[in-house]
Order: sequence, then structure tokens, then C-alpha cells
Amino acid sequence: MTDTLATWLYAVTAAPEDGTPPQGLTGVADEPVRLVEGAGLAAVVGSVPLADFDEDALRGHLEDLEWLERTARAHHRVINGAARHGQVIPLRFATLYHDDDRVRAMLRERREDFTDTLRRVAGRTEWGVKAYVDPRSFLPDPDESEDEGSPGTAYLMRRRAQRQDQETAHLRATERAEEIHSSLAALAVATAAHPPQDSALAAYEGWMVLNNSYLVPDDLTEDFTALVRALGERYPAVTLEVSGPWPPYSFTAPPKPAGDAQPEEKPS
Amino acid sequence: MNQSSDWNAPVRRTGAAREPARRGAEPSSLADILERVLDKGIVIAGDIQINLLDIELLTIKIRLLVASVDRAKEMGIDWWEHDPTLSSGARDVLEENERLRRRVGELEDGSGARREEDRGAEREDER
Repeated sequence: MTDTLATWLYAVTAAPEDGTPPQGLTGVADEPVRLVEGAGLAAVVGSVPLADFDEDALRGHLEDLEWLERTARAHHRVINGAARHGQVIPLRFATLYHDDDRVRAMLRERREDFTDTLRRVAGRTEWGVKAYVDPRSFLPDPDESEDEGSPGTAYLMRRRAQRQDQETAHLRATERAEEIHSSLAALAVATAAHPPQDSALAAYEGWMVLNNSYLVPDDLTEDFTALVRALGERYPAVTLEVSGPWPPYSFTAPPKPAGDAQPEEKPS
Repeated sequence: MNQSSDWNAPVRRTGAAREPARRGAEPSSLADILERVLDKGIVIAGDIQINLLDIELLTIKIRLLVASVDRAKEMGIDWWEHDPTLSSGARDVLEENERLRRRVGELEDGSGARREEDRGAEREDER
């Protein structure tokens, strides 16, 4: 008995001239990765057992962090691997079609979108930059002059001062992060903000005051990393961390309705 | 590149310092990957519809929260057990963790809403 299969999509690329799929890549179900071509484009796909990837099964699996981690990494690994052969448009996790014909139809239907997007990200790379601060570095100087009143009052005053100091520290750290962002954004054609990561999951302490992606022209890569380093030196109280190069995950979404957060695109 | 590799070492207690991911190397940060593959990347309505947003909000978020303590331990991250400001609260964290875990189970069984009402009623009674 053969398993019923579904087609899991990883990425869309321009159809390769020689038609060869990325070699040696295996996907979310350990399946070999292949290409489905249509309309001058190619979808990077794999065949996965429907029993494990239909709606119900997926719902169940997504509750399982081990599964999620393994599968998210596999999804990313394929996109990253495909990106070595040419510009890719990463697809959202868990994009599934019943068969290859449906994928070809989708490529034809969205050909213009994909072609525009590929053109837009060509020769550009996504870099992630995070900034961490130790809140203590941003606290106002201790003001020890107002030690007066009863012990109870002094205690309450101190508590209130601590809370205010904390707010001040957060404001200062955020302003610093804004400065860093503006400097970095000057070298990028587009930027996208991610929410600060869960400190337990990402295993950091202090505050993550910046978690952004920058779409940087490839000929500015060195300038960009040098700038991050320079900013790190200029602001010793801030620890900067670069991640990447990433396939352009954060810069391929179609324009959303007004009011929604979306990547800021600068006219180039 | 021959730069010193720790110029941008983040503030971490874990010792699990991360190299910037090179294309082809296994990238290291699960959080970085999840925020991109679950939240970014182009969205196409495929044949099999999964609303990741629902799952993310209702479940993944809770799961990450609940799972992170155990996972962190697996990865050898146990700083809170040595940190004097936190270790006294570690038991509470574990209890809270256990409580959330049960809560997730209840929500999955569909009995969560009823329990919440019960609890609301209890609170009224206490007054």
C-alpha cells in the first residue's frame, strides 16, 4: 500500500537553466527535495505523507515543540540550501498542496507577484540585528540626597524612585536602540521589526531592545557588518548581535492592507 | 574573516554563544528560525489550510512558555538554579509551570472554559 502524498512547498525561485533540483537536500519528512516548474518559475517542494501532514495531523504536531523545532529547522534548511543556487522567495511554514499540478497552477496564477518579488530582493540579503542591554547601565545616577522622613516613608519613596528609574532606564535604552536602528537603516533598502524574543527561549538576560531585519544590498555587506561593529564600540552599554545571512523571509510578504505593520520600504 | 569572534557576544549566562549563521551551516537560534518561518515568508493559501496564527496565539505561545524551562534544562541552561535572586523562586516557577501544563491539557480537552467559570465562582465566594 502506498501512502497518499501531499506537496509541501519551501520556496519559489526562478526556473534553473539546467533544470536540476538542489542536490542532497532532504525536507520536513526526510523526503528528497525536488522542483516543480511552471511559468518560468520553480517551486522547491517535497512529497510528504498526508497521514502526517493533513490538517488534523498538523494541528496535533504543532502542539509538540520537539516536532515543531525539528520541522521548522528542516523547512529553513531547505530554503537556505536552495538559496545557495539563486534568489529564493521563502514560503510560510506549512504551505501544502494536494499535488504538483496544483502547484503549477499556483505558479502560473501568481507569476507576476513572484517575478516582482524576486526582482526586488535580487542582490540583497536579509541580516538580523539584535541589541541587548543590561538595564543597570541605563539607570539614572543614584541620588542619595533625599534620605529623610520615617523609615516607612523612606521605603515607599525608595520603591517609587526605583520604579521611576526603571522607566527612565527603559526609555534611555529604547532611545539608544532607535539611534542604532536609524544608522543601520541608512544602509538597508528595507527594514522589518520583530517582537523581542522570549528571554527563556532565546536564553538571554537583560532587555532585548532591538530585534530587526535589514535588507542590505550585497555590495554593502561589509559596510553593514563594520557599522554594527562600530556601533557596538560606540555604545559599550549595548551588546549587538548579528544573524544571517538569511533568505529574505522578512521582505517577501505582499503589501498588506493599510494600518497593518509591514516592512518599511524606502524608494531606492 | 579574522576578526575576534566575540566582539558582539550577547549578554548571556548560558555560555551558548552563537556564531552568526553561515549559509549551509546549521543555524543555531530556534527563536530566530521560528519568528521567520512561522511569522514571515510569503503566505499562499494552499490546499491544506492551517491557521498558524490561531495555533501560534493559542498554543505555541503557551507551549513555548511552558516548555522553555524544561528545554532550557535539556540544553544545560540552568542559571536560575544558581542565581540567588531567582533560586528562591524556582519552586514557584516549577509549580506555575505544572499548573500551566495542566491548563493546556484542559484547554485541549475543551474543559478549560468551564473550569475558568468555576474558578470565577470560587473567587466570588471568597468575598
